[in-house]
Amino acid sequence: MSAGSANTWTIEKARDALRKGEISAVDLTMACLTAMDAGAPLGAFVHKTPEIALDQARAADQRLKAGDAPSLCGIPLGIKDLFCTKGVNSQAASGILNGFKPEYESTVTTKLFADGAVMLGKLNMDEFAMGSSNETSVYGPAVNPWKVDERKLTPGGSSGGSAAAVAGDLCLAATGTDTGGSIRQPAAFTGIVGIKPTYGRVSRWGIIAFASSLDQAGPMTKSVRDAAIFLQSMAGHDPKDSTSAEIAVPDFEAALTGDIRGKVIGIPKEYRLDGIPAEIDALWQQGIDMLKDAGAEVREISLPHTKYALPAYYVIAPAEASSNLARYDGVRYGHRAKLAQGDGITEMYEKTRAEGFGKEVQRRIMIGTYVLSAGFYDAYYNRARRVRALIKRDFETVFAEGVDAILTPATPSAAFGLGEMASADPVEMYLNDVFTVTVNLAGLPGVSVPVGLDAKGLPLGLQLIGRPWDEGGLLNHAYVLERAAGFVARPQKWW
Amino acid sequence: MSIDTDTARKVAKLARIRVEEAALPELARELSGILTFMEQLNEVDVTGIEPMVSVTPMRLRRRADVVTDGGIQAEVLKNAPLAREGFFAVPKVVE
Repeated sequence: MSAGSANTWTIEKARDALRKGEISAVDLTMACLTAMDAGAPLGAFVHKTPEIALDQARAADQRLKAGDAPSLCGIPLGIKDLFCTKGVNSQAASGILNGFKPEYESTVTTKLFADGAVMLGKLNMDEFAMGSSNETSVYGPAVNPWKVDERKLTPGGSSGGSAAAVAGDLCLAATGTDTGGSIRQPAAFTGIVGIKPTYGRVSRWGIIAFASSLDQAGPMTKSVRDAAIFLQSMAGHDPKDSTSAEIAVPDFEAALTGDIRGKVIGIPKEYRLDGIPAEIDALWQQGIDMLKDAGAEVREISLPHTKYALPAYYVIAPAEASSNLARYDGVRYGHRAKLAQGDGITEMYEKTRAEGFGKEVQRRIMIGTYVLSAGFYDAYYNRARRVRALIKRDFETVFAEGVDAILTPATPSAAFGLGEMASADPVEMYLNDVFTVTVNLAGLPGVSVPVGLDAKGLPLGLQLIGRPWDEGGLLNHAYVLERAAGFVARPQKWW
Repeated sequence: MSIDTDTARKVAKLARIRVEEAALPELARELSGILTFMEQLNEVDVTGIEPMVSVTPMRLRRRADVVTDGGIQAEVLKNAPLAREGFFAVPKVVE
């Protein structure tokens, strides 16, 4: 086997080759480091850690030699900038965390490293995970490896760097986080797989918080099997996260039987939106046919409060963000503004936060401040939380009626051009999350699977939504869809 | 609900984000647009529905009330923009 193109491998292929001794972790890591350097025009990696990577790869080779090799042993990964990594810049793509190097390691990266994974570096994202195009990053946008004309396209957001790095073969897989669709939308825009697990499945400890009741980390990978392997390592109870669930983690890879005969797939009629491109509708129908052909029963269902998910989300997420981001005050870490003669502590806070936060983050903090302020708390925040309860109940009802998984489009369009939404209303950008945000509000697992290309040749994805804690069953449905779709298109390398 | 310039100024103050006076009208317009979008929630009948607190019906776990960490002053202060004599340093707070 040639190590030269090993950066294009799946985790599955690399795992097997490493265990057979057909390639060393160091050679595999070198192939990725070379691809990472050549991939600079994609803007995916924002802090490279080649020395850490090679140290970890050498240690992985020792473990492989000793026969003690978990699935991720020696696998080169990219880590989203939202994860705190000890001694390595962890800035949430924000100017306010400029130069921040945590003294501790997030639970997710701790678990990955304990399994022998290799960190190539930190990945670009929207600032504090607030965005759908990676354009709010202080580092500048990540760029989609897919290109069909002279335009540079967005890889989506907020996990845009993760998506670009995986789709561009700069790494074998990457971590992402998803608060309203930030794993699934970029996965769909770049033709890869991304799963947001059930809320509580993966520890949030050491992940820079955006909206704590919605945030959940998950893998972004080149195949459904890789997602199963990767999630296995990330998942599990963590006493350091009080919302992390004490529920046993099943063997996700073993759940990929490819058999969904007799399973019931719900097709929510409220997801048929006006103005959705005919291609997306057609893709959805193809997905329905594929699952039917595999022996599943397809049933139309109703999730009546779907329409209110986006407005509820854009009350709840900014409210939680305004509270979480209050900690960035220029005192303990990150940026502090230069003060004028006579400036006191209030001026220090106000100038620091004005300089450190980008425009979209400031907007969301202020919206959150407003909806939580005296006189509006009930009218906005409590009302949104009541609507959220109804959205969750919609899902509980269909699951109680026997639905095993729900199939929807992942995004309302294919990837758009960088800068094309610059003059748009903020709300227009928010519409990118229309199919994904309900899943976060209800705390459910959701996976985006690449299923086809649009007329221009850009990837399109479908989303499957599962029952709480049934990531195994959900991934099995995704596996069936992946095999039926046979999506093998790759971006033409232009960088 | 529409946000005027005075409300935008007040919100910015509460959020501790400095916004130049000239930028307030644009901010008020943007915030109003987002709030108008949220007004759709008023169409929903939420009678008798409790505000949702957490997605899984579970009690937050409490750990034993014991010291689990400490004695790491240098690490705590390491990322501070300004630290002196073992403290975070800020502009004068009390005259």
